[in-house]
Amino acid sequence: MSQDISPETVAALLPEVAELIISALNLELTAAEIEPDAPLFGDGLGLDSIDILELALVISKRYGFQLRSDNEDNIRIFSSLRTLASHIGAQRTK
Amino acid sequence: MSTLPLLGHASLDEIFAYRPSGPRRVRDFLADAQALADRLPPNRHLLNVCQDRYHFAVGLAGGLLRGKTSLQPSSQSAETLRQVKLDCPDVLCLCDSNFDSLDLPRLNFPELSDADPQRVTAIPHIPADHPAVRVYTSGTSGQPTPHGKSWRSLVKNGRAAAHHLGSAGHCAVGTVPAQHMYGFESTILLALHGNTPFWSGKPFYAQDIVAALQAVPAPRLLVTTPFHLSALLAAGLDLPAVDLLLSATAPLSSGLAREAEKRLAAPLYEIYGCTETGQIASRRTTADLTWKLLDAIHLEQGDGQSTVFGGHVEGRVVLSDVIERLDAEHFLLHGRHADLINIAGKRTSLAYLNHQVAAIPGVTDGAFFQPDEETPDGITRLAAFVVAPGLNRRELLAALRQRVDSIFLPRPLIFVDRLPRNATGKLPREQLQTLYSERNGHACH
Repeated sequence: MSQDISPETVAALLPEVAELIISALNLELTAAEIEPDAPLFGDGLGLDSIDILELALVISKRYGFQLRSDNEDNIRIFSSLRTLASHIGAQRTK
Repeated sequence: MSTLPLLGHASLDEIFAYRPSGPRRVRDFLADAQALADRLPPNRHLLNVCQDRYHFAVGLAGGLLRGKTSLQPSSQSAETLRQVKLDCPDVLCLCDSNFDSLDLPRLNFPELSDADPQRVTAIPHIPADHPAVRVYTSGTSGQPTPHGKSWRSLVKNGRAAAHHLGSAGHCAVGTVPAQHMYGFESTILLALHGNTPFWSGKPFYAQDIVAALQAVPAPRLLVTTPFHLSALLAAGLDLPAVDLLLSATAPLSSGLAREAEKRLAAPLYEIYGCTETGQIASRRTTADLTWKLLDAIHLEQGDGQSTVFGGHVEGRVVLSDVIERLDAEHFLLHGRHADLINIAGKRTSLAYLNHQVAAIPGVTDGAFFQPDEETPDGITRLAAFVVAPGLNRRELLAALRQRVDSIFLPRPLIFVDRLPRNATGKLPREQLQTLYSERNGHACH
């Protein structure tokens, strides 16, 4: 899902995507506290489907693309901060 | 023995459902259901967690053909699965995803390549008294409370809903799960007994909903919630024309209702009901705030309680909302009783949640709290106060996640040295509100 996107580009996106998650969801965390490879659902941040829809909206406004669950694996995109940043890096139009 | 047909269709060649691969006729569906039925082991109870709505329907019908009961808990947390197994020890879990079924016996939804639609000659019948479905509500004691529904009641429910909504001939796109009572009635039962075929997918993102609507022929019915609807409208996409909109599970603001009707060019009806009764009333939110009962449903009030009976409702059911009866057909809804929680359509009670947090080893006291500031379209997060000197935040949340749906996980989770219990051990709401105001916004552990 992250064709033509370098690990450096993804790494550079991590802090701003972490900030986006925190501000969109009002989490009591700092960006540095979101581990890039820890799960966002379940045992990690414990996000749920309400959060995902809220995030999807913010992501579409900020990066100019719509999330789809039938052409990409919904769970995989949101499995960690790094997978989400990779997806954004590959799909963004702005 | 009195029986009722599995499907209400007049012809085996009518469309039952739409899948990405194309329409499924009644005869295709019946062939699939029989082929699945032939593969089911003897377990009498099926926990059908199929994500694909068509798979769910085939699982339900296949189970009915073999005299099985479909178990439909309101959550799929590990603790709920454990409770369901206690309630029905011979449960079999039917899955079409990588769902974690723990130690339950499991059947992955099989390829039904031997299903032969040409061999289907008639719509089978099911005994009317058969306990077709067992739904669960979260009881106040911490145990899910089961409610049986007979096949007769489900057939009546599907017929009454289709008649009330005028949904026959529409194709339903549902953003809600087939297992949850609202989604079950408004997609599965409408398809079985209301001539309302469904789209097999469960679109989630705004763009998915648009694509699903475009994939089915008009007239279209969108079965959704305030939460999905507001995300759909906020996405700023071009929306296809819809012919009928249904919303349930949480209060819908009239602003969102007006915008939805305008953007989707369709009347929007809110559905009212609960797990025990199924849907019992509706209203067109932009036109009238009073709710109209479905035909044959009666509402009685007395002793501070509202009770419904008749139609598809089995027995008499006391409603847990604050209701004002206006006449034989109409009522006003004044909100929930204080103990009840409804977030994005998932229901539970504070008593249930308090029981779950207190049962975690290391927690000496704990209380959930629903803050006052409720947002209009139904998503207010819960807070919780816990006394748990030996646990950190991550450990406690991990333990809680095993027991309650993640929607109810506290945000914030506030560690305290003790709870402000009064002399009788009760926790006055005002005390919790004060504590919440003091602590909310501060980082905790």
